[in-house]
Amino acid sequence: MRLTRHRRWIGPVALAAAAGLALTACTGDIAEQDAADTDCADYEQYGTFDGAEVTAASTILDIEADRLNESWADFEACTGISVDYQGSSEFEAQIAVLAEGGNAPDVGFVPQPGLMNRLAAGGWLIPASEAVEANTDEFWSEDWKQYGTFEDTFYGAPLMASIKGYVWYSPAEFEENGYEIPATLDDLTALSDQIAADSGRQPWCVGLESGDATGWPGTDWVEDYMLRLHGADVYDQWVTHEIPFNDPMVAEAFDAVGEYLKSDEMVNGGIGDVSTLVTEAFQTGGLPILDGECSLHHQASFYETFWNPEGGDANTVASDGTVFGFLLPPANADDPLSVTGGGEIVVAFREAEEVEAFRAYLSSDTWANNRVSLGGVISANKGVDPQNASSELLVQSIEILQDPETTFRFDGSDLMPGAVGADSFWKGIVAWVGGEDTTQVLDTIEASWPAS
Amino acid sequence: MTTADLLGKILQVVMGLAVLAAVVGLLIFFIDKAPKKGRDYWQLALFLLPAMLFIAIGLVYPAIRTSFLAFQNNAGEWTLDNFVWMFTQPAAIRTLINTILWVALAPIISTVIGLAYAVFIDKSRGEKYYKVILFMPIAISFVGAGVIWGFVYDYNGVGDQIGVLNALVVAFGGDPVQWLQTDPINTILLIVIMIWIQTGFAMVLLSAAIKGVPTEQIEAAQLDGTNAWQRFRNVTVPGIRGALVVVFTTISIATLKVFDIVRTMTAGNFNTSVVANEMYTQAFRASEIGRGSALALILFVFVLPIVIYNVNVLRKQREIR
Repeated sequence: MRLTRHRRWIGPVALAAAAGLALTACTGDIAEQDAADTDCADYEQYGTFDGAEVTAASTILDIEADRLNESWADFEACTGISVDYQGSSEFEAQIAVLAEGGNAPDVGFVPQPGLMNRLAAGGWLIPASEAVEANTDEFWSEDWKQYGTFEDTFYGAPLMASIKGYVWYSPAEFEENGYEIPATLDDLTALSDQIAADSGRQPWCVGLESGDATGWPGTDWVEDYMLRLHGADVYDQWVTHEIPFNDPMVAEAFDAVGEYLKSDEMVNGGIGDVSTLVTEAFQTGGLPILDGECSLHHQASFYETFWNPEGGDANTVASDGTVFGFLLPPANADDPLSVTGGGEIVVAFREAEEVEAFRAYLSSDTWANNRVSLGGVISANKGVDPQNASSELLVQSIEILQDPETTFRFDGSDLMPGAVGADSFWKGIVAWVGGEDTTQVLDTIEASWPAS
Repeated sequence: MTTADLLGKILQVVMGLAVLAAVVGLLIFFIDKAPKKGRDYWQLALFLLPAMLFIAIGLVYPAIRTSFLAFQNNAGEWTLDNFVWMFTQPAAIRTLINTILWVALAPIISTVIGLAYAVFIDKSRGEKYYKVILFMPIAISFVGAGVIWGFVYDYNGVGDQIGVLNALVVAFGGDPVQWLQTDPINTILLIVIMIWIQTGFAMVLLSAAIKGVPTEQIEAAQLDGTNAWQRFRNVTVPGIRGALVVVFTTISIATLKVFDIVRTMTAGNFNTSVVANEMYTQAFRASEIGRGSALALILFVFVLPIVIYNVNVLRKQREIR
């Protein structure tokens, strides 16, 4: 009897103890930074607050999230504002629902201007303060400011950036065979044929698989070709639906990409034939280059972190390292430099001084330099010293973004309405590399463009 | 998160539970003190109140709101565009056809296999173990099942096949197939996963029902000189009709709602999408709340007759008893 009574409570207690122990593993007891130890000169303009708290959320996770927290630690110590950041991979799907229910975080880093427009149209966003707008005018180009603007109201400054349209390659292989970095799209075709002839295998490796977003790397290809073949004006008309999605110019870009993605001679080096494009994860799509089974891989600047899938730094990204990237060349050698890219926009859902102080800080050159110095990312903020970036490629990327001659366009699918940019365009790419012809795919995407 | 935060959160949970206990206690106290006259009704009403409240907030209100949203576009104007889209776009039509295919195949096949299995192992030695084997998949979540079957259907462009199905095909001298990318076999292969999960459920319920068929009836039929098939057809099946209907309709409804399998295996690509998956994609990924709601409404219309049939059969059975 004694024993059974004993047993009755020992179970729950053991369970509670185990749960408690497991949960303490989630805590990271970092000592609060003391304002006295920090040089607060840069932060005086934001004022001081007593016990103010700002919540922030975005899709940024894990180590990238840790770096974000680190980038504003001084700001927190000096101003007394505590920033509570939550990353979620479902951020894009959830944010509109949260906003409608009045449960949105104070600040969101929205990775798609199209989504920001929708939030602004819903009336949930607080327009940016004068300090934020002044910073944006000072540090960003007019193009970038436009992505944070909806119906003439400026809602938020950009945060970080990435450049799409890099072609990754092995410098050693190029040197050994005497290959040149192509200067035009035709040169790229010639180079691909050359590599195919020399090596007897497919020169390109591609991974389009990305869970329920499968197909998006293919949209980047098409966007790069649209911008290079038809210029920025047509590109703008395309993403705003001033020309239909099944316009012959779009078909031309698709077919140019199809020369690679739909050809068994061109893809999929080290992985299989064309049918493996949709099953190969985008994270691992470029790795056959490391084994010499593939020579070229098209992916954004952020792919830098994927070259060491097991961690460490065995594979270096440098012009004399294991891998490096060149920008997808222009159609003609004397065309101006045009790049597509992505980034986040800092929007606010709560009107409060501490929120605006935080947003003003994020739009400043101080923050941009802080974050870029921590590594892995770039910013289009003109106040950033390119030398702060963590690699040769990122230094180069920042210089491209800061160059006033560069034509920068945001990733087109992020500008289109969700029904196209986050659904039918991706699905269209999957069906298209699966064998459907260009006309049919473009008609289907065009039909899915929402009327309102 | 710091330890202080964690302690704070644990305290919050404990406080929440305490408040809930207090409210329930108070409610029961007042029910007990209800006026003598019509006491039964007071008690009934108060006990039903919390459940009714939650149903109203969690079920009735969202259902009504979804119905309205289905007839609106993103700008909030009234329109039938969402339904026009659903019945004219090839991709959307394919979603509806796939869903019908799922409901046509999964419930029938799982019920038939479950019934046959239950009959064959009935009263055999080691019945318990046979049951456990077939019942195990039901303990696995749909997402987990998706991961497991992902390995079965795996395809390798170069090198050895690690997918069981392709390894078999290659062993018999065939060429490996990209199972999940090949339309229409991919939808059938996804349905197989559903059948694999649901057969155990059908078997356990039907096995219990078979044991409930009176032995006298079976013995009487035996004395009349019937063979095993006739006994099964004319005594056992009518005896377990109620269980059969419950099993069949439950699996049908589960099949109509299928989302996880499609989402983890193909994400609705390669013409495998079903209504529930498309509903989520449209409403949350594509931000087309109206289209998502319209699909939800259609799903509701599909489920309704099954539920009505289920309720009707059960009511008739009660009348017979």
